[in-house]
Amino acid sequence: MESLQLLLDGFAAALTPVNLMYALVGVTLGTLVGVLPGIGPAMTVALLLPITFTVPPASAFIMFAGIYYGGMYGGSTTSILLNTPGESASMITALEGNKMARRGRAAQALATAAIGSFVAGSIATALLVVAAPAVVSFAIAFGPEDYFALAVMAFTAVSSVLSRSVVRGLASLGLGLVIGLVGIDQQTGQARLTLGIPQLLDGIDVVIVAVGLFALGEALYVASRLRHAPPEVVPVGRAWMGRADWRRSWAPWLRGTALGFPFGALPGGGAEIPTFLSYAAERRLARGTAREEFGKGAIEGVAGPEAANNASAAGTLVPLLTLGLPTSATAAIMLAAFQQYGLQPGPQLFDHNPALVWGMIASLFIGNTMLLVLNLPLAPLWARVLRVPRPYLYAGIVLFAALGVYALNGTVVDLFVLYVLGLLGYAMRRFGLPVAPAVIGMILGPMAEIQLRRALAIGAGDVTVLVKSPVAVVLLVLSLLALLMPLFRKLSARRKPPARSTSEQESR
Amino acid sequence: MRLRVFAALAALSLAALTGCGESGSGGASAAGPLRIMAPAAPGGGWDQTSRIAEQAVKAADPKRKVEVYNVPGAGGTIGLAQLAGEKGNGNLLMTMGLVMVGAIEQNKSKVTLAETTPIAKLTEEYEIVVVPAESPYKTLADMVAAWKADPAKVSISGGSAGGTDHIVAGLMAKAAGVDPKQVNYIAHSGGGEALNELLGNKVSAGISGVAEFAEHVKSGKLRALGVTSGERIEGLDAPTLKEAGLEVELSNWRGFVAPAGLSEADKTALTDLVTKMHDSQPWKDAVAKNGWIDSFQTGQQFADFLASEQTRVKGIIAEMGLVS
Repeated sequence: MESLQLLLDGFAAALTPVNLMYALVGVTLGTLVGVLPGIGPAMTVALLLPITFTVPPASAFIMFAGIYYGGMYGGSTTSILLNTPGESASMITALEGNKMARRGRAAQALATAAIGSFVAGSIATALLVVAAPAVVSFAIAFGPEDYFALAVMAFTAVSSVLSRSVVRGLASLGLGLVIGLVGIDQQTGQARLTLGIPQLLDGIDVVIVAVGLFALGEALYVASRLRHAPPEVVPVGRAWMGRADWRRSWAPWLRGTALGFPFGALPGGGAEIPTFLSYAAERRLARGTAREEFGKGAIEGVAGPEAANNASAAGTLVPLLTLGLPTSATAAIMLAAFQQYGLQPGPQLFDHNPALVWGMIASLFIGNTMLLVLNLPLAPLWARVLRVPRPYLYAGIVLFAALGVYALNGTVVDLFVLYVLGLLGYAMRRFGLPVAPAVIGMILGPMAEIQLRRALAIGAGDVTVLVKSPVAVVLLVLSLLALLMPLFRKLSARRKPPARSTSEQESR
Repeated sequence: MRLRVFAALAALSLAALTGCGESGSGGASAAGPLRIMAPAAPGGGWDQTSRIAEQAVKAADPKRKVEVYNVPGAGGTIGLAQLAGEKGNGNLLMTMGLVMVGAIEQNKSKVTLAETTPIAKLTEEYEIVVVPAESPYKTLADMVAAWKADPAKVSISGGSAGGTDHIVAGLMAKAAGVDPKQVNYIAHSGGGEALNELLGNKVSAGISGVAEFAEHVKSGKLRALGVTSGERIEGLDAPTLKEAGLEVELSNWRGFVAPAGLSEADKTALTDLVTKMHDSQPWKDAVAKNGWIDSFQTGQQFADFLASEQTRVKGIIAEMGLVS
């Protein structure tokens, strides 16, 4: 009850005209940088850090929170319309979202993303108020072996649903794993696969991989097809979500939130993994029309992951505020902002500076609402982008892809890498390899590797550390089940009595 | 490009907010605009130092135009390579520090600090060695005893491989008589990530900057075994490593270098400007707020310091087997 009172005070502090202005600027900037590939919320907040010299803390944090949420949302717009994810966390959205857009359901996809982001952001912020201490103790208990098990589970969950052909899916995943190896190995400091190019020492940024394989590959593929067939005309479709869309969206929103929030709180959890898991879950849970539509533009595949990435953004604030532990790049820079004001986030922050903390939490609600107000009416307008003739549209995509990637580090090497990956993306499309597993492998591969090596190093080489933690055991058993389920289904379809004895042997 | 895009975005929004754009600042001063390169991505220590320096130079010399730009990558060696191409440019400073000295060795960078003009050392931060509250090690001696018995069993969590934290671990091992190659170091992208494993009691010990762990030492979640300063740090209940029995002293210092081939006049002008910046109020405030130690040093003194740090870091990185 005391929390509620403090929260209301927070709203009173945050709801001044000036702060609302800051919130508006924040979400607008955030949406913009989310739309542009390469420029993310972390960099934006970092470059705006100097305003902490002149602006009062509450206003600055309101703006930063707006940028953070706005960035998470903005990335989905280009994913859906142009198959060009602006952020790695909205990559999964492109899978179903872009297919929806091509069937004339762009407005619905954008709307379910906007409303899903709002719902997830609000619920997750509310959870931040009530569940922060519980979530944080769960997050701290997570050790390297648990992260490794988590990565294994994400691999199995995702790889089995992403491709119709297992071999093609695995081939693409393998490509991603190799790309993920490039750069300095974190544990030993040795360079791997850098070809002697110093710019590759820090590895290839996931944004370059996503933009190269998705956007550039797509543009090249479309260009190569233009002469073969008349361009498919995108039907205009309805402007708003119909009753069926609502009915099919609400459950994925909630499930996405439930996945995203705890993952955001995990140091090293990131915003990507919950979107993968949410997509995998929705695809498995789909029944009836939805089941048929998956792969061709199912609204569930947009609603779930979009909710998950926004919920994870709120989740990252849990360890940041309660422990001073930043779990994402943006959170790390917000931590720097706290320090600029002479505040040390941590166990004492809630007691020492309640006004600021609750003002910030209130501002999250405000920023979230503003995001919805700003973006929902724009959804049908954005959808019209698709009427731009293909050659112009894709020329624009190539331009923005190159601009965004160059903006990332300001080096020509990155552009070169982008073009090579673009050609690779084209070849993959040409020969029927799915692109998403490559990006997933590139994100999960390094994480699985580093956590496995950390776990083994801490255990002084003893392999059994991997199954000593109950969390890890549960996750590994789940991934084993995910692998074996299709086999059982096949077996039980062939013979009536299901082969249960093998399942017991295998799972322990 | 990024800077320009952002400068535009930021300026637009800020101008809209505050209602005041850039007011005409009169004629340009004799020297051209000063550029400060932060050889890292926005948000880190070098970036922060550069941006505070920008404010402080503006306060010290209101007529001088100052611009910070980022050249991220490979522990700062990409920025260093760019600086080497600016030979003779008297309006350029690069923020750097101990981490760059290590990265040059580790990445076998073609360009070294020999191709720069040392200008000034600015700040220092000390490192702290901690263990989880539940740890059996009550003192540094306990940890060293366990370390000597079996180095592999003592896992030490810290920042990136070859960075300051790792160098401290190597120097400690050497002082304790443990082979630096045997150190079981668990590298992370930063102290924050390492903190998680300490709070969860997953690793034996942790090393990071004092500021990053101090809060948790005060709240009792971590126990400090020692700090790498020469004397005890005020307000922190921890012995120095020397007191606790290991001859290790090290600070994570930061400073400025300029391109090579500067004229004497340019070098003096830059040194004067940096000295004025160091005396300004915004700089003093920032040093106090961030808990940095003011260790201002210029001219030959700083050049000598740089040379001795290079020898020391080169030695320990080779002994730890970190050179690729």
